[in-house]
Amino acid sequence: MSRFIPVRETILAAAILVLMFLIASRFPGFVAPSNLANVFNDTSPLIILALGQMVVILTRCIDLSVAANLALTGMAVAMINVAMPGLPIPVIIAIAILTGSFMGAINGILVWKLAIPPIVVTLGTMTIFRGIIFLISDGKWVNSHEMSPAFTGFPRAELLGLPVLSWIAVATVLIFAVMMSRTPLGRSIFAVGGNPHAAVYTGINVGKTQFLAFVISGALAGLTGYLWVARYAVAYVDIAGGFELEVVAACVIGGISIAGGIGSVGGAVLGAIFLGVVKNALPVVNISPFWQLAISGSAILIAVAFNARAGRTKGRIILKSAEKPVGATP
Amino acid sequence: MTTLSAPSSPVVSMDMITKTFPGVKALDEVKLDLFPGQVTALVGENGAGKSTTVKILTGIYHPDGGTVRIDGDPAVFASPNDAADAGITAIHQETVLFDELSVAENIYIGHAPRTRFGLIDTAKIHRAATDLLDEIGAPFSSHTQLRDLGIANKHLVAIARALSVDARVVIMDEPTAALSHKEIEELYDLVETLKSQGKAILFISHKFDEIFRIADRYTVFRDGAFVGDGLISDIDEDALVKMMVGRAVDHIFPDRDPVVGEDVLQVVGYDHPTEFADIGFSLKRGEILGFYGLVGAGRSEFMQALFGITKPSKGVTKMNGEIRTIRSPADAVKNGIVYVPEDRGKQGAIIGLPIFQNITLPSLRRTSNHGFLRLAEEFKLARDYAERLDLRAASLDQDVGNLSGGNQQKVVIAKWLATRPQVIILDEPTKGIDIGSKAAVHEFMAELAVQGLSVIMVSSEIPEVIGMSDRVIVMRDGRIAAELAGDELSPETLVRHAAGITMSAESVPA
Amino acid sequence: MTDTGLQTRFVPDRLHSRAYRTLRSWEALLLVVAIAIFVVNSFASPYFLSAWNLSDATFNFTEKAMIAFAMALLIISGEIDLSVASIIALASTAMGLALQYGAGTPELVLIGLTVGLLCGAFNAVFVTILGLPSIVVTIGTMSLFRGISYIILGDDAFRGYPASFSWFGQGYIYWVFTVEMLLFVIIAIVYGVLLHKTNFGRAVYAIGNNPTGALFSGIRVQRVKFILFLLTGLMSGVAAVCLTSRLGSTRPSIATGMELEVVTMVVLGGVNILGGSGSIPGVVIAAFVMGLVTFGLGLLNVPGIVMSIFIGLLLIGVIALPRLWGMMAARRGR
Repeated sequence: MSRFIPVRETILAAAILVLMFLIASRFPGFVAPSNLANVFNDTSPLIILALGQMVVILTRCIDLSVAANLALTGMAVAMINVAMPGLPIPVIIAIAILTGSFMGAINGILVWKLAIPPIVVTLGTMTIFRGIIFLISDGKWVNSHEMSPAFTGFPRAELLGLPVLSWIAVATVLIFAVMMSRTPLGRSIFAVGGNPHAAVYTGINVGKTQFLAFVISGALAGLTGYLWVARYAVAYVDIAGGFELEVVAACVIGGISIAGGIGSVGGAVLGAIFLGVVKNALPVVNISPFWQLAISGSAILIAVAFNARAGRTKGRIILKSAEKPVGATP
Repeated sequence: MTTLSAPSSPVVSMDMITKTFPGVKALDEVKLDLFPGQVTALVGENGAGKSTTVKILTGIYHPDGGTVRIDGDPAVFASPNDAADAGITAIHQETVLFDELSVAENIYIGHAPRTRFGLIDTAKIHRAATDLLDEIGAPFSSHTQLRDLGIANKHLVAIARALSVDARVVIMDEPTAALSHKEIEELYDLVETLKSQGKAILFISHKFDEIFRIADRYTVFRDGAFVGDGLISDIDEDALVKMMVGRAVDHIFPDRDPVVGEDVLQVVGYDHPTEFADIGFSLKRGEILGFYGLVGAGRSEFMQALFGITKPSKGVTKMNGEIRTIRSPADAVKNGIVYVPEDRGKQGAIIGLPIFQNITLPSLRRTSNHGFLRLAEEFKLARDYAERLDLRAASLDQDVGNLSGGNQQKVVIAKWLATRPQVIILDEPTKGIDIGSKAAVHEFMAELAVQGLSVIMVSSEIPEVIGMSDRVIVMRDGRIAAELAGDELSPETLVRHAAGITMSAESVPA
Repeated sequence: MTDTGLQTRFVPDRLHSRAYRTLRSWEALLLVVAIAIFVVNSFASPYFLSAWNLSDATFNFTEKAMIAFAMALLIISGEIDLSVASIIALASTAMGLALQYGAGTPELVLIGLTVGLLCGAFNAVFVTILGLPSIVVTIGTMSLFRGISYIILGDDAFRGYPASFSWFGQGYIYWVFTVEMLLFVIIAIVYGVLLHKTNFGRAVYAIGNNPTGALFSGIRVQRVKFILFLLTGLMSGVAAVCLTSRLGSTRPSIATGMELEVVTMVVLGGVNILGGSGSIPGVVIAAFVMGLVTFGLGLLNVPGIVMSIFIGLLLIGVIALPRLWGMMAARRGR
């Protein structure tokens, strides 16, 4: 019966609510709808990337190259925009997604066809992607005045009271919710992480599923690359530096098991929102933003310790109830 | 037991199938026919090529030569999906499915019906799964999360899955390995159901009673080659064993006068919150003490507690009359108690390390000099025990992973004997090893006892328990149900105590 | 094998000679790569073959290599520590803080090493006592340790380390040989002996190949892992002393990203990232390879970020190429 209420997600949601309540008790402005919308908008890139990372982690892999992929795609589309200011935004977005997918596919191919451990592959591609940004940009920045207004305006445009960036995050969440629960790919992703040997017997190609997971993660990183660069109206080598760890942190806090096979869309989203709330609350409650790093580190440790305790197997139960004495011993 | 109609044409027939791996010919021009409505037992020692056959039939391996025919037409399985499309499905050794998915999703993963939008039709798979579960009498709902089911029920899910793909060929690879007697009986009923639906069944098992109970036909492989096939009703157990090993094996256990000395090990009041309670016994020098029980009676759990692994357990261990505290395997080894686990690959051998390092691992304190390794000493020790156990290997520097199951078991036993223990616990010592090695292990066990080593043998094989043990403790539901010796030791008494059947007519006063 | 002859068969100790095994090893391949890079570099730049330039170049890898040796053992045992660079930041910050209270050089070193050890113990408790996966734990402590540095320092920096303290990162033992080089050599030998010549090292390999089997063989698995985390923390402390001494200041961003370079060095050295195999000589050669690449490209005025492309390609290439080659050979062989 308890299956119908996912325990982990409920506890995390409760923790976020308690946190917001505590902040609101001193600083009611924080929970004003407009501010909450800001917090959500600010967290949107993290939510999108966390969903991509979730898919990768579920298949027993990890993608440390997402932030570098984001930065490279962002730089690429920014430079394309400078060169061809007239290019329509849908084309820009398509280019961003394709570029990101391509980089994800490189990771995926190395994991699938050469069976190189994902952590090694993405550690390598992470530094390579960053280096390539420097090569294509010559180390220079692309600043807001060089970008076209349509380019920078798109993610900030408001629709029904929320910026487009937020809507894209909402749409991503909905698409993932359906994909993970109702499509063969989504179920395969769980199966590959949960029991790769059995997956082979049910006709699922483990390597190919992992490849697709990397492509999905790469596509989302590419999409976020455009949104990020456009929103902050600047592109340079180091944007989103170290963001890959925040993305992994969101997943861990959201209860995605690093061993694969266990996790949910809701968990990943809540994990990202938790980090987003903390980050946005610090200036409000007058704590130096320098605390943020330590807080998210502690949150990871608490979350992983908590999830491990909750998920620990109870061991076999062999003994019948205590009142039953030893049977027919002669 | 069943009157066989004149063999219709086979559903699946493998002809001259060859499969080579680097350095090994796993299958050499073998043939295998599976007929509708019949159970074919595939018989062979470990390494005979049974699992390679299963993997070829399920499209995981591709044969290097020969033809697989479906209804007489040559078929090529490029992927597991092709095999599934041809109606072949396997119920695998370990539980094969996915803990995080529901029962219905497990049954339909890979071939779920879709809605108009290409999404999985959840309502439909639950409806269909419920029908299938009813058909096989499964006592749980299609919405249950798989991880909440026990092993036997997981088997039912696997069988429902086989039915759901409308398989014409069902492969059962050691399906009873982890089941209790009652669950095995239920499985037999299911096999009968599948037969009556005209499905061809390939049944792989090491247990002869099972084969003679359930199979209609047999096919024997030896060392990757086809030896023979025929009707079960035309053959007896001895002849089948002979075909399997290529020689007659007299199943006589080594003769041994019990040279039983003083108590070496005394165990008093071992308790665990959920796994076992109130375990106490004593073990004498040179004695072989059998531990019998159904699978899941708590025998291995208790042995692992005695060895310091199963943590929240209480109890007193005395060695030669003195109380010893054992909180870890390292403590146990230090006190002369060693444990040869059932799960050789995971708990026994360290695959990836060479043979000699496996053997010396717990004895490094002895072969080293103040913590610094001395390779010459290690090779000496390893060679000594490798020779005593007649290990077959290319060199002592070879990875244990490249050895056969029987030889891996020898390495694990050598590892423990090299520590010069007083008590050796053997957990299912001959499970899954070929008949030749089995006899060797039995002989060696007897020899050790004669030399004064005390042996605890956990076994589920009744002939082994009776043939080897001086005394037998029967466990049931985590407790000691009986202690038997001498004339009390018979297959009937063992089974009765293990299953908890109260003493029948003979023991009730008339 | 149908006969069960009872005569004992002779099983040789080893099939191949020591020379044969050495020649076929990963380390031999890596050494060839190192020599090739050295030769190419000496042709590419006239400044390369200068004793003082080469001496300067060693700073590219000595501090990372100190940690890499301990990390190699940790990775062979099947664990990983991604928090090492953050431990450097925290240890360096602690030293800077002590400096404000008038600590002298011996106290500073002691504090640096102690903080490193404590951070290692903190990781160890989570991994070995609570049984959590080390990759997640150390991603957490990576943020936590550096986060504490940020809380203490914010945008500031600690400066004004005593002159005697600068000996560790800037001093010379003899001619072009630096203190750090000496430390590098000593630490390499200590870890080489520990891994390859002691019972402890053997236990590390056993755990990495099969932790359950090692436990069942009477090895105190959690204790060994605890010690490995302590050693990695301690080596981060040593690196913190050297780096702080060399830079002469502490910022919370010190050594950012170094954990990835350390892991790269270890993997490049032939240590299996999944545990179970690897060697210290391999890591030593990998340290030189990375140092030579960085130095050589630096002489050619290639910016640091572009060098990282080479490091990344090297990391993937050294693993991918032998596998590609093997796959192609297998295809040809059919």
